[in-house]
Amino acid sequence: MLEELRPTDRRAALVVEHLSKRFGDRVAFEDVSFEVGYGEVFGFLGPNGAGKTTTVRALGTLIAPTSGAASVAGIPLSAANGPAIRARISIMPESPGLYQRLTIAENLRCFAGLYELDDIPGRIERALKAVNLLDRAGDSCGSLSKGLRQRVALARALLNDPAVLFLDEPTSGLDPVATHDVHELIVSLRERGVTIFLTTHRLTEAERLCHRVAILNSTMRLLGRPDELRERLFKQSLGVRVRDPIEDPGPVFGDLPGVDGWRMSASGCYELAVSDAQIAAPALARALVDAGADILSLAESHHSLEDVYLQLIDEDVEAIRR
Amino acid sequence: MSFSWTRVKALLVKELHDYRRNRFVVVFAMTMLPLIFITAPTVQLLTAPAVVSSSKLDARIGLALLYMLLIPATVPSTLAAYSVIGEREQGTLEPILSTPIRREEFLIGKALAVAMPTLVVAYAIFGIFLAITALFANPVIESAIFAGSHIPVQLAFTPLLAGWSIWVGIAISARSSDIRTAQQLSVFANLPPVAIVALMGFNVITPSTGLTLSLAAVLLALDALGWRAVAAMFDRERLIVGRRR
Ligand SMILES: Nc1ncnc2c1ncn2[C@@H]1O[C@H](COP(=O)(O)OP(=O)(O)O)[C@@H](O)[C@H]1O
Ligand SMILES: [Mg+2]
Repeated sequence: MLEELRPTDRRAALVVEHLSKRFGDRVAFEDVSFEVGYGEVFGFLGPNGAGKTTTVRALGTLIAPTSGAASVAGIPLSAANGPAIRARISIMPESPGLYQRLTIAENLRCFAGLYELDDIPGRIERALKAVNLLDRAGDSCGSLSKGLRQRVALARALLNDPAVLFLDEPTSGLDPVATHDVHELIVSLRERGVTIFLTTHRLTEAERLCHRVAILNSTMRLLGRPDELRERLFKQSLGVRVRDPIEDPGPVFGDLPGVDGWRMSASGCYELAVSDAQIAAPALARALVDAGADILSLAESHHSLEDVYLQLIDEDVEAIRR
Repeated sequence: MSFSWTRVKALLVKELHDYRRNRFVVVFAMTMLPLIFITAPTVQLLTAPAVVSSSKLDARIGLALLYMLLIPATVPSTLAAYSVIGEREQGTLEPILSTPIRREEFLIGKALAVAMPTLVVAYAIFGIFLAITALFANPVIESAIFAGSHIPVQLAFTPLLAGWSIWVGIAISARSSDIRTAQQLSVFANLPPVAIVALMGFNVITPSTGLTLSLAAVLLALDALGWRAVAAMFDRERLIVGRRR
């Protein structure tokens, strides 16, 4: 009974522990653990096929996880709790999935009924207002642009005031203007304190909208605030090019102040990971001169978060190939 | 959370709105069906010679009425074939199943959405047929139709046949990978009731009171069985992630 199923876990909107899903012997995601607090916007970032949608479906009780445990909106994840969990959350899937022959209002009325909501006209009005579509309620969904359909799907997901709102790639396939609109809407929901689980393969989207971000590629790779991640990922580095390759670069780069590591990127080209370029660069120049190398160039290289993200994913691809 | 008629109603209202906007369904139900199913039986009876043996007359009446039973025997499965796979192909199945709806509510909603228009159309066509015979048919024929058990039998068999046809259609829909396959399979599913009707029509099977009653009992059992089977067959996960083409 829904009435008896009071949330047992008030700390977090989502608690996920070692959750895995396999389709036969194909792993969709494995050993995923994280928590999402109430009022938090949590980004779930990963490339196509990383398991984002499958995770959303598992947490939304649409498919059963293979192993692991979770609680969703304070209710333990299980098939029996499916209706109670689904009553408290909502999912905006990758494609909006609207009834094309019905009007926007008719679509929303159907879902308000499925959630057994009271004050249906008021709810619909508030949901449409939240996505700036109040004046379009009578429009047939078949006549809407992709961006507007996405907004209707968002309004539909807001009808039941969900304790957790799952947004699965809400801007995939949208043009920049429509993407911007959806971002604005998500920001306004964030300001209202709505708990959002947002999947995306776009790093900038996660950075811009989320309090915390997890990077997923079948398994969880990283989790943290976007600025933390940037710091952790954004290793400052120095790129140096010399006329002839250094015979034995180890001792030259080995114990320079502010240098954490190095690698040769091409013949005579070296990349040095540095903690402080201000200290490392002059020390490097002196060491190279002492070693008798002719410096052609010495510069800080800039890695965007995007590069590091791509590199992280590449490492996985390499690992799979091996 | 227990079975909710509110959710069933929400789904049903949505379906009815959808029919109304679907020109094909409207045109088919409002013009094609009545044309196909009224013309033949009416012609049968209006052209019946005034002096025929009562057994011959009964056979003619029986055939005309059986012919009209083809509506509940075949139309529902054609509509129901869309019920699940149609939602899936539109991408609306996942949003619907993401709500608290239970499979029983979903299936009852879908079944009612097919049953309601079918019964309305089938009874309306039967009503028109009765009106035509009352107004224009030979009084012998008229009294034969109105006096016997024909009318209650017709009224009872219409929903019994529709129930079976609906569950077969939904079962096919829930297990098909695309609409076209579902449509084709639902045509095959119509063959058994059509065959029975045909056998009776050509007097291979003689409809007797006993046969009629046992047929009704069998249909009732099949309807209950169909509901159980379809509910057991409805697998949320399979419908969401099942083989994509
Ligand atoms: N029904 C299914 N059967 C087999 N494999 C599947 C199925 N659904 C998803 N997968 C696999 O699971 C992985 C994760 O898919 P998905 O969750 O859709 O990724 P994402 O949403 O991150 O793009 C992919 O490798 C995909 O091929
Ligand atoms: Mg996805």
